[in-house]
Amino acid sequence: MPLFDQLYNFAYWLAQDRAEAEDLVQETYVKALKGFSSFQLGTNFRAWMYRILRNTFLTSRTGLKASATIALDADDSPELPAGPETPETIFIEHSQHQFLQAAIEALPVNFREVLLLCDMEEMSYQEIAVSLSIPIGTVMSRLSRARKALRESLQQKMVRS
Amino acid sequence: MADNWTAKLDTYLDGELPADEMRELDAHLRTCPPCAADVLSRLQMKRAVHSAGMRYRPSADFRQLVRKSIAAKRRQSPIRMWAGAGFAIAMLLIVGFVSLVSKQGQTARQQAFSELADLHVATLASPNPVDVISTDRHTVKPWFQGKIPFTFNLPELQGSEFTLLGGRIAYLGQSPGAELIYQIRKHQISVFIFQDRGAVGNLGSSAQSSKELSFNIESWNQAGLRYFVIGDASGDDIRKLADMLKNAP
Repeated sequence: MPLFDQLYNFAYWLAQDRAEAEDLVQETYVKALKGFSSFQLGTNFRAWMYRILRNTFLTSRTGLKASATIALDADDSPELPAGPETPETIFIEHSQHQFLQAAIEALPVNFREVLLLCDMEEMSYQEIAVSLSIPIGTVMSRLSRARKALRESLQQKMVRS
Repeated sequence: MADNWTAKLDTYLDGELPADEMRELDAHLRTCPPCAADVLSRLQMKRAVHSAGMRYRPSADFRQLVRKSIAAKRRQSPIRMWAGAGFAIAMLLIVGFVSLVSKQGQTARQQAFSELADLHVATLASPNPVDVISTDRHTVKPWFQGKIPFTFNLPELQGSEFTLLGGRIAYLGQSPGAELIYQIRKHQISVFIFQDRGAVGNLGSSAQSSKELSFNIESWNQAGLRYFVIGDASGDDIRKLADMLKNAP
Protein backbone atom coordinates (compact mmCIF):
# COMPACT_ATOMS: atom_id res chain seq x y z
CA MET A 1 0.00 0.00 0.00
CA PRO A 2 1.69 3.19 -1.12
CA LEU A 3 2.10 6.06 1.34
CA PHE A 4 0.71 3.91 4.15
CA ASP A 5 3.35 4.76 6.76
CA GLN A 6 3.39 8.46 5.87
CA LEU A 7 -0.41 8.78 5.92
CA TYR A 8 -0.62 6.99 9.25
CA ASN A 9 2.04 9.24 10.77
CA PHE A 10 0.29 12.36 9.47
CA ALA A 11 -3.12 11.09 10.64
CA TYR A 12 -1.74 10.49 14.13
CA TRP A 13 -0.29 14.01 14.24
CA LEU A 14 -3.69 15.42 13.27
CA ALA A 15 -5.85 13.29 15.55
CA GLN A 16 -3.38 12.81 18.43
CA ASP A 17 -4.97 9.43 19.06
CA ARG A 18 -3.99 5.99 17.80
CA ALA A 19 -7.48 4.56 17.33
CA GLU A 20 -8.67 7.68 15.54
CA ALA A 21 -5.57 7.74 13.34
CA GLU A 22 -6.25 4.14 12.33
CA ASP A 23 -9.87 4.98 11.49
CA LEU A 24 -8.74 7.95 9.40
CA VAL A 25 -6.23 5.91 7.42
CA GLN A 26 -8.61 3.04 6.84
CA GLU A 27 -11.34 5.39 5.68
CA THR A 28 -8.86 7.22 3.44
CA TYR A 29 -7.95 4.03 1.58
CA VAL A 30 -11.58 2.98 1.26
CA LYS A 31 -12.52 6.41 -0.10
CA ALA A 32 -9.52 6.41 -2.46
CA LEU A 33 -10.56 3.03 -3.79
CA LYS A 34 -14.17 4.10 -4.24
CA GLY A 35 -13.32 7.45 -5.78
CA PHE A 36 -10.35 6.49 -7.90
CA SER A 37 -12.27 7.51 -11.01
CA SER A 38 -12.07 11.11 -9.75
CA PHE A 39 -8.28 10.96 -9.70
CA GLN A 40 -6.81 12.47 -12.84
CA LEU A 41 -3.78 10.62 -14.10
CA GLY A 42 -0.84 12.96 -14.44
CA THR A 43 -1.84 14.99 -11.40
CA ASN A 44 -0.22 14.57 -8.01
CA PHE A 45 -1.24 11.26 -6.46
CA ARG A 46 0.34 11.98 -3.09
CA ALA A 47 -1.46 15.32 -2.75
CA TRP A 48 -4.72 13.58 -3.74
CA MET A 49 -4.32 10.97 -0.99
CA TYR A 50 -3.42 13.59 1.62
CA ARG A 51 -6.43 15.66 0.59
CA ILE A 52 -8.72 12.68 1.15
CA LEU A 53 -7.14 12.04 4.54
CA ARG A 54 -7.37 15.66 5.55
CA ASN A 55 -11.00 15.99 4.44
CA THR A 56 -11.81 12.83 6.36
CA PHE A 57 -10.15 14.32 9.41
CA LEU A 58 -12.08 17.59 9.08
CA THR A 59 -15.39 15.73 9.28
CA SER A 60 -14.27 13.59 12.24
CA ARG A 61 -15.13 14.56 15.81
CA THR A 62 -11.60 15.75 16.59
CA GLY A 63 -11.40 17.56 13.26
CA LEU A 64 -14.67 19.40 13.82
CA LYS A 65 -13.52 20.40 17.29
CA ALA A 66 -10.15 21.56 15.95
CA SER A 67 -11.66 23.54 13.09
CA ALA A 68 -13.84 25.41 15.60
CA THR A 69 -10.72 26.70 17.35
CA ILE A 70 -8.27 27.29 14.51
CA ALA A 71 -6.09 30.38 14.48
CA LEU A 72 -6.92 33.13 12.01
CA ASP A 73 -4.76 33.51 8.92
CA ALA A 74 -4.27 37.27 9.05
CA ASP A 75 -1.00 38.34 10.57
CA ASP A 76 0.54 41.80 10.46
CA SER A 77 3.45 41.29 12.79
CA PRO A 78 6.87 41.45 11.14
CA GLU A 79 9.07 38.43 10.55
CA LEU A 80 11.72 38.27 13.25
CA PRO A 81 15.23 37.02 12.68
CA ALA A 82 15.97 33.66 14.27
CA GLY A 83 19.31 35.03 15.56
CA PRO A 84 22.42 33.12 16.58
CA GLU A 85 21.37 32.23 20.15
CA THR A 86 17.73 31.36 19.75
CA PRO A 87 15.64 28.87 21.67
CA GLU A 88 15.78 26.52 18.73
CA THR A 89 19.56 26.45 18.54
CA ILE A 90 19.81 25.91 22.28
CA PHE A 91 17.19 23.22 22.07
CA ILE A 92 18.88 21.49 19.13
CA GLU A 93 22.19 21.51 20.91
CA HIS A 94 20.58 19.64 23.75
CA SER A 95 18.90 17.23 21.37
CA GLN A 96 15.57 17.62 23.08
CA HIS A 97 13.61 15.74 20.51
CA GLN A 98 10.54 15.22 22.67
CA PHE A 99 10.52 18.88 23.56
CA LEU A 100 10.05 19.75 19.91
CA GLN A 101 7.43 17.05 19.41
CA ALA A 102 5.44 18.48 22.32
CA ALA A 103 5.73 21.97 20.82
CA ILE A 104 4.50 20.74 17.42
CA GLU A 105 1.65 18.89 19.13
CA ALA A 106 0.62 22.10 20.87
CA LEU A 107 0.33 24.06 17.61
CA PRO A 108 -3.18 24.72 16.27
CA VAL A 109 -4.04 22.01 13.78
CA ASN A 110 -3.95 24.34 10.74
CA PHE A 111 -0.38 25.31 11.65
CA ARG A 112 0.67 21.77 12.54
CA GLU A 113 -0.50 20.28 9.26
CA VAL A 114 1.16 22.88 7.02
CA LEU A 115 4.43 22.71 8.96
CA LEU A 116 4.57 18.90 8.83
CA LEU A 117 3.68 18.71 5.14
CA CYS A 118 6.45 21.20 4.34
CA ASP A 119 9.25 20.15 6.70
CA MET A 120 8.49 16.48 7.32
CA GLU A 121 6.96 15.41 4.00
CA GLU A 122 9.03 17.95 2.07
CA MET A 123 6.08 18.85 -0.12
CA SER A 124 6.28 21.89 -2.40
CA TYR A 125 3.97 24.82 -1.64
CA GLN A 126 1.89 23.82 -4.66
CA GLU A 127 1.52 20.27 -3.39
CA ILE A 128 0.55 21.52 0.08
CA ALA A 129 -2.00 23.87 -1.47
CA VAL A 130 -3.62 20.94 -3.29
CA SER A 131 -3.49 18.67 -0.24
CA LEU A 132 -5.13 21.25 2.02
CA SER A 133 -7.35 22.84 -0.64
CA ILE A 134 -6.04 26.33 0.14
CA PRO A 135 -4.31 28.98 -2.02
CA ILE A 136 -0.49 29.07 -2.13
CA GLY A 137 -0.51 32.50 -0.48
CA THR A 138 -2.32 30.97 2.50
CA VAL A 139 0.21 28.12 2.59
CA MET A 140 3.04 30.66 2.84
CA SER A 141 1.35 32.79 5.44
CA ARG A 142 0.39 29.78 7.60
CA LEU A 143 3.88 28.34 7.34
CA SER A 144 5.41 31.59 8.43
CA ARG A 145 3.03 31.85 11.36
CA ALA A 146 3.46 28.20 12.29
CA ARG A 147 7.25 28.57 12.45
CA LYS A 148 6.95 31.76 14.46
CA ALA A 149 4.50 30.09 16.87
CA LEU A 150 6.84 27.11 17.20
CA ARG A 151 9.79 29.35 18.03
CA GLU A 152 7.74 31.25 20.60
CA SER A 153 6.46 28.04 22.13
CA LEU A 154 10.00 26.66 22.44
CA GLN A 155 11.12 29.94 23.96
CA GLN A 156 8.38 29.73 26.59
CA LYS A 157 9.21 26.11 27.34
CA MET A 158 12.86 27.09 27.66
CA VAL A 159 12.03 29.81 30.17
CA ARG A 160 9.84 27.46 32.20
CA SER A 161 12.37 24.62 32.32
CA MET B 1 20.98 41.81 9.06
CA ALA B 2 19.15 42.81 5.86
CA ASP B 3 15.48 43.19 6.77
CA ASN B 4 14.31 42.83 3.18
CA TRP B 5 15.77 39.32 3.10
CA THR B 6 14.70 38.18 6.57
CA ALA B 7 11.12 37.54 5.50
CA LYS B 8 12.33 35.40 2.63
CA LEU B 9 14.75 33.13 4.45
CA ASP B 10 12.26 30.34 5.13
CA THR B 11 11.00 30.47 1.55
CA TYR B 12 14.62 30.27 0.42
CA LEU B 13 15.22 27.18 2.58
CA ASP B 14 12.00 25.64 1.28
CA GLY B 15 13.43 26.03 -2.24
CA GLU B 16 10.45 28.14 -3.26
CA LEU B 17 12.03 31.49 -4.14
CA PRO B 18 12.16 32.40 -7.84
CA ALA B 19 15.52 31.45 -9.40
CA ASP B 20 16.78 35.05 -9.68
CA GLU B 21 15.97 35.82 -6.02
CA MET B 22 17.54 32.50 -5.04
CA ARG B 23 20.80 33.56 -6.70
CA GLU B 24 20.66 37.03 -5.16
CA LEU B 25 20.08 35.63 -1.70
CA ASP B 26 22.85 33.06 -2.21
CA ALA B 27 25.22 35.92 -2.98
CA HIS B 28 23.94 38.00 -0.06
CA LEU B 29 24.46 35.15 2.40
CA ARG B 30 28.12 34.91 1.46
CA THR B 31 28.66 38.49 2.57
CA CYS B 32 26.23 38.84 5.50
CA PRO B 33 27.19 36.76 8.58
CA PRO B 34 24.01 37.65 10.57
CA CYS B 35 21.77 36.44 7.72
CA ALA B 36 23.96 33.36 7.24
CA ALA B 37 23.65 32.55 10.95
CA ASP B 38 19.90 33.11 10.75
CA VAL B 39 19.61 30.76 7.78
CA LEU B 40 21.65 28.12 9.58
CA SER B 41 19.43 28.36 12.62
CA ARG B 42 16.28 28.04 10.51
CA LEU B 43 17.78 25.13 8.61
CA GLN B 44 18.53 23.33 11.87
CA MET B 45 14.96 23.86 12.98
CA LYS B 46 13.59 22.65 9.65
CA ARG B 47 15.67 19.48 9.93
CA ALA B 48 14.72 18.99 13.55
CA VAL B 49 11.02 19.21 12.61
CA HIS B 50 11.64 16.73 9.78
CA SER B 51 13.16 14.28 12.19
CA ALA B 52 10.72 14.90 15.07
CA GLY B 53 7.77 14.62 12.70
CA MET B 54 8.52 11.01 11.86
CA ARG B 55 7.08 9.82 15.10
CA TYR B 56 4.30 7.32 14.62
CA ARG B 57 4.41 3.93 12.90
CA PRO B 58 1.41 1.75 12.10
CA SER B 59 1.34 -1.68 13.72
CA ALA B 60 1.70 -4.79 11.58
CA ASP B 61 -1.83 -5.85 12.63
CA PHE B 62 -3.32 -2.60 11.44
CA ARG B 63 -1.46 -2.79 8.12
CA GLN B 64 -2.84 -6.29 7.62
CA LEU B 65 -6.37 -5.16 8.56
CA VAL B 66 -6.38 -2.36 5.97
CA ARG B 67 -4.91 -4.62 3.32
CA LYS B 68 -7.67 -7.16 3.95
CA SER B 69 -10.39 -4.52 3.97
CA ILE B 70 -9.16 -3.18 0.62
CA ALA B 71 -9.06 -6.68 -0.82
CA ALA B 72 -12.63 -7.29 0.40
CA LYS B 73 -13.85 -4.08 -1.24
CA ARG B 74 -12.26 -5.10 -4.50
CA ARG B 75 -14.15 -8.38 -4.49
CA GLN B 76 -17.55 -6.72 -3.97
CA SER B 77 -18.48 -6.19 -7.61
CA PRO B 78 -16.94 -6.46 -11.07
CA ILE B 79 -17.01 -2.65 -11.42
CA ARG B 80 -15.31 -2.25 -8.09
CA MET B 81 -12.88 -4.95 -9.08
CA TRP B 82 -11.88 -3.03 -12.21
CA ALA B 83 -11.69 0.20 -10.24
CA GLY B 84 -9.50 -1.57 -7.71
CA ALA B 85 -7.29 -2.99 -10.41
CA GLY B 86 -7.01 0.42 -12.07
CA PHE B 87 -6.23 1.94 -8.72
CA ALA B 88 -3.49 -0.59 -8.06
CA ILE B 89 -1.97 -0.15 -11.52
CA ALA B 90 -2.03 3.61 -11.26
CA MET B 91 -0.40 3.49 -7.87
CA LEU B 92 2.28 1.22 -9.24
CA LEU B 93 2.95 3.66 -12.05
CA ILE B 94 2.97 6.65 -9.80
CA VAL B 95 4.92 5.55 -6.79
CA GLY B 96 7.13 2.98 -8.50
CA PHE B 97 7.34 -0.49 -7.14
CA VAL B 98 6.65 0.30 -3.51
CA SER B 99 3.48 -1.80 -3.49
CA LEU B 100 5.32 -4.82 -4.86
CA VAL B 101 7.87 -4.59 -2.10
CA SER B 102 5.34 -4.08 0.65
CA LYS B 103 3.06 -6.86 -0.66
CA GLN B 104 4.82 -9.56 1.31
CA GLY B 105 4.99 -7.48 4.48
CA GLN B 106 7.87 -5.16 5.06
CA THR B 107 10.76 -6.36 7.11
CA ALA B 108 12.90 -3.91 9.01
CA ARG B 109 15.56 -4.24 6.31
CA GLN B 110 13.11 -3.59 3.50
CA GLN B 111 11.69 -0.59 5.32
CA ALA B 112 15.14 0.84 5.92
CA PHE B 113 16.20 0.25 2.31
CA SER B 114 12.96 1.76 1.08
CA GLU B 115 13.51 4.86 3.22
CA LEU B 116 17.08 5.12 1.96
CA ALA B 117 15.89 4.87 -1.63
CA ASP B 118 13.48 7.71 -0.86
CA LEU B 119 16.27 9.77 0.72
CA HIS B 120 18.52 9.12 -2.28
CA VAL B 121 15.82 10.17 -4.76
CA ALA B 122 14.92 13.21 -2.66
CA THR B 123 18.58 14.26 -2.65
CA LEU B 124 18.90 13.95 -6.41
CA ALA B 125 15.62 15.81 -6.91
CA SER B 126 16.59 18.62 -4.54
CA PRO B 127 17.69 21.98 -6.00
CA ASN B 128 20.48 21.91 -3.36
CA PRO B 129 21.51 18.25 -3.25
CA VAL B 130 24.53 18.83 -1.03
CA ASP B 131 25.22 21.21 1.84
CA VAL B 132 28.97 20.95 1.58
CA ILE B 133 30.16 21.07 -2.00
CA SER B 134 33.64 19.71 -2.49
CA THR B 135 35.49 16.96 -4.29
CA ASP B 136 38.05 16.90 -1.50
CA ARG B 137 37.44 14.35 1.26
CA HIS B 138 39.54 16.52 3.60
CA THR B 139 36.93 19.28 3.21
CA VAL B 140 33.81 17.12 3.31
CA LYS B 141 34.68 14.99 6.34
CA PRO B 142 35.48 17.91 8.71
CA TRP B 143 32.21 19.60 7.69
CA PHE B 144 30.32 16.91 9.62
CA GLN B 145 32.20 17.64 12.86
CA GLY B 146 29.75 18.71 15.55
CA LYS B 147 26.77 17.92 13.32
CA ILE B 148 26.68 14.15 13.82
CA PRO B 149 27.73 12.17 16.90
CA PHE B 150 30.44 10.08 15.18
CA THR B 151 33.21 10.29 12.63
CA PHE B 152 34.18 8.11 9.66
CA ASN B 153 36.86 7.61 7.05
CA LEU B 154 36.59 8.31 3.34
CA PRO B 155 38.66 6.66 0.62
CA GLU B 156 41.26 8.29 -1.62
CA LEU B 157 39.68 8.48 -5.08
CA GLN B 158 42.77 9.24 -7.13
CA GLY B 159 43.09 6.74 -9.97
CA SER B 160 39.45 5.61 -9.67
CA GLU B 161 36.45 6.57 -11.79
CA PHE B 162 34.56 7.94 -8.78
CA THR B 163 34.25 11.62 -7.90
CA LEU B 164 33.08 12.99 -4.56
CA LEU B 165 30.45 15.72 -5.07
CA GLY B 166 29.75 16.66 -1.45
CA GLY B 167 27.71 15.76 1.58
CA ARG B 168 24.69 16.55 3.72
CA ILE B 169 23.03 15.45 6.95
CA ALA B 170 20.47 12.65 6.65
CA TYR B 171 18.08 11.07 9.13
CA LEU B 172 17.05 7.43 9.38
CA GLY B 173 14.84 6.17 12.19
CA GLN B 174 15.19 9.62 13.78
CA SER B 175 18.99 9.25 13.99
CA PRO B 176 21.28 11.74 12.29
CA GLY B 177 23.90 10.47 9.89
CA ALA B 178 26.08 11.45 6.96
CA GLU B 179 25.05 11.29 3.31
CA LEU B 180 27.88 11.56 0.77
CA ILE B 181 27.23 11.93 -2.92
CA TYR B 182 29.60 10.29 -5.37
CA GLN B 183 29.49 10.26 -9.13
CA ILE B 184 30.65 7.65 -11.60
CA ARG B 185 30.15 8.51 -15.26
CA LYS B 186 26.61 10.00 -15.22
CA HIS B 187 25.38 8.02 -12.20
CA GLN B 188 25.09 9.56 -8.78
CA ILE B 189 25.48 7.35 -5.76
CA SER B 190 24.55 8.11 -2.16
CA VAL B 191 26.61 6.72 0.69
CA PHE B 192 24.76 6.82 4.01
CA ILE B 193 26.57 6.32 7.30
CA PHE B 194 24.66 5.93 10.56
CA GLN B 195 25.43 4.64 14.02
CA ASP B 196 24.66 0.93 14.14
CA ARG B 197 21.98 1.09 16.82
CA GLY B 198 18.26 1.76 17.24
CA ALA B 199 16.24 1.12 14.09
CA VAL B 200 19.46 0.84 12.06
CA GLY B 201 20.90 -1.71 14.52
CA ASN B 202 17.91 -3.99 13.91
CA LEU B 203 19.19 -4.73 10.42
CA GLY B 204 21.61 -7.36 11.71
CA SER B 205 25.36 -7.55 11.41
CA SER B 206 25.66 -9.28 8.05
CA ALA B 207 26.72 -7.50 4.88
CA GLN B 208 23.87 -7.29 2.39
CA SER B 209 23.46 -6.71 -1.31
CA SER B 210 20.01 -5.84 -2.47
CA LYS B 211 17.86 -4.11 -5.04
CA GLU B 212 15.24 -1.59 -3.97
CA LEU B 213 13.05 0.23 -6.52
CA SER B 214 15.66 -0.89 -9.07
CA PHE B 215 18.49 0.75 -7.13
CA ASN B 216 21.47 -1.37 -6.23
CA ILE B 217 22.33 -1.31 -2.56
CA GLU B 218 25.33 -2.54 -0.58
CA SER B 219 25.20 -2.44 3.19
CA TRP B 220 27.56 -3.55 5.96
CA ASN B 221 28.59 -2.58 9.45
CA GLN B 222 32.06 -1.60 10.45
CA ALA B 223 33.44 -0.10 13.67
CA GLY B 224 30.00 0.53 15.14
CA LEU B 225 28.73 2.24 12.01
CA ARG B 226 26.28 1.05 9.39
CA TYR B 227 27.11 1.91 5.78
CA PHE B 228 24.69 1.94 2.86
CA VAL B 229 25.75 2.55 -0.73
CA ILE B 230 22.78 3.11 -3.03
CA GLY B 231 22.38 4.25 -6.61
CA ASP B 232 21.29 3.39 -10.12
CA ALA B 233 24.86 2.55 -11.16
CA SER B 234 25.63 -1.10 -11.92
CA GLY B 235 25.96 -3.60 -9.09
CA ASP B 236 29.69 -3.84 -9.87
CA ASP B 237 30.21 -0.07 -9.49
CA ILE B 238 28.25 -0.01 -6.24
CA ARG B 239 30.36 -2.91 -4.92
CA LYS B 240 33.60 -1.18 -6.02
CA LEU B 241 32.70 1.97 -4.09
CA ALA B 242 31.64 -0.14 -1.10
CA ASP B 243 35.02 -1.94 -1.14
CA MET B 244 36.89 1.37 -1.29
CA LEU B 245 34.91 2.65 1.71
CA LYS B 246 35.58 -0.57 3.64
CA ASN B 247 39.32 -0.15 3.04
CA ALA B 248 39.44 3.62 3.67
CA PRO B 249 42.47 4.47 5.80
